Amino acid sequence: MNSQATNATPIRVSLNQSRGGEEREALLMANETPKIQVNDLNLYYGKDQALKNITLTIPEKKVTAFIGPSGCGKSTLLRCFNRMNDLVDNVTITGEMLMDGFEINDPKINVAELRRQVGMVFQKPNPFPKTIYENVAYGLRLQGINDRQTLDKVVEKSLKGAALWDEVKDRLNESAMGMSGGQQQRLVIARAIAIEPEVILLDEPASALDPISTLKIEELINELKDQYTIVIVTHNMQQAARVSDYTAFMYMGEMIEFGATDQLFTNPTVKQTEDYITGRYG
Amino acid sequence: MATNKSQHISQQFEKELQDIRSRVLAMGGLVEQQVSNAMEALVTGDAELARQVITDDEDVNKMDISIDEDCIQIIALRQPTASDLRLVTGILKTITDLERIGDEAVRIGRMALNLAEKDRPKKNYRELHALGQHVSGMLHNTLDAFARFDVDAALQVAHEDRQVDEEYEGIMRQLMTYMMEDPRTISRAIDMMWSARSLERIGDHSRNISQHIIYLVEGKDVRHLSAEKMEKVVKGNE
Repeated sequence: MNSQATNATPIRVSLNQSRGGEEREALLMANETPKIQVNDLNLYYGKDQALKNITLTIPEKKVTAFIGPSGCGKSTLLRCFNRMNDLVDNVTITGEMLMDGFEINDPKINVAELRRQVGMVFQKPNPFPKTIYENVAYGLRLQGINDRQTLDKVVEKSLKGAALWDEVKDRLNESAMGMSGGQQQRLVIARAIAIEPEVILLDEPASALDPISTLKIEELINELKDQYTIVIVTHNMQQAARVSDYTAFMYMGEMIEFGATDQLFTNPTVKQTEDYITGRYG
Repeated sequence: MATNKSQHISQQFEKELQDIRSRVLAMGGLVEQQVSNAMEALVTGDAELARQVITDDEDVNKMDISIDEDCIQIIALRQPTASDLRLVTGILKTITDLERIGDEAVRIGRMALNLAEKDRPKKNYRELHALGQHVSGMLHNTLDAFARFDVDAALQVAHEDRQVDEEYEGIMRQLMTYMMEDPRTISRAIDMMWSARSLERIGDHSRNISQHIIYLVEGKDVRHLSAEKMEKVVKGNE
């Protein structure tokens, strides 16, 4: 899987719009390794085109944020990465979407295995109505791992990884439904990392949480990126600015601008991006 | 991305940004007046005007503090991004330079007080007057560039700063000659040197402000660069 780790070719993303109107190539830092490469992706819900000619590279072990107004396609794009759109009727996808060089949309791909590699956390925490322990162990039990010692080890490691262990270590056998929203969200993240995915998709992970829980999630994202490739969709621009290394701005199904986060938030290249992040009329 | 001219969704935020911009210009106008008064006091030996420059510096300081507070309020409440963020941070730096120009005007005012009590030289401070004119023009153009967010005008200011530096060197050499020829001029020459030094510093601060303007308009950091290098960066050749 990591055969491309030594591949140090620069990641180029071509953007059609720029100040001069000419084709512009945004150059990511040359030492990034691509994890997911999207080439000319189009997605239709029936006749409605939700994603238009999306081309971008998600670098490995970095945080990439998708921002944009409601309905711009950022969640749709995120859901492509673990084929959640398979569950929606009437979806047509064209174009390439390669993870470590393998086509994600290849019908021969084992979707369950893909989703093990690409975990996902949603806006509302969705713990199972089980104990805290069983929530985290669930993915392993699905894989047929029932050895108590192994499970204990993984549960502890995952809860520590999700910065939750100290808060719940004395009540692992209590129901997860009794936890606070912020704890539930971290539990869901623990559940996602228990099966050691390579990519974690976060769809508005903190939008239902209070500011302190939000900061804990953001802190966690920062720690997780050492081990995982993270893609996050957020409406909170300051959050995108705080947690991500790269930011993509989407509008009406198009990728308007993709670049290093600190660059995009201080000096964006495209006026639409500027208008959106500064809160102006588009 | 250059400065954005479309309106914010929040009218209040729009107004706050407009407000700090116009207050910087008001502060700039006051500072410009201070420099020109200080120079007039020096050249004409007007001790009264010199004293007024020294007292009026209080107003400059108050504006510095109050614009500074407004910028901090905006950062705390609005979390500005992109061109808005550059505007606010650019203003924070600009007012520091303006305040320092005000301080230099006070220094010139003090020298004017000293010199008013001494014999006037035959040439009546012609070289200092010329340097003062030059520097005042630079400051004026800088404030104009700020008002219009004019990058080319800001670059022009940076180019002019070098001429000011050369003029300053010339005055220094001349004053040294005077002092060697006639040691009785030393006391006056030293006051003139300090004044020339202050004028030269005003030129430097104007150049700094022009660099802040380039940053807030273009997002390009051109600090600590020569005028030629600045131009290359702005035109995108570097």
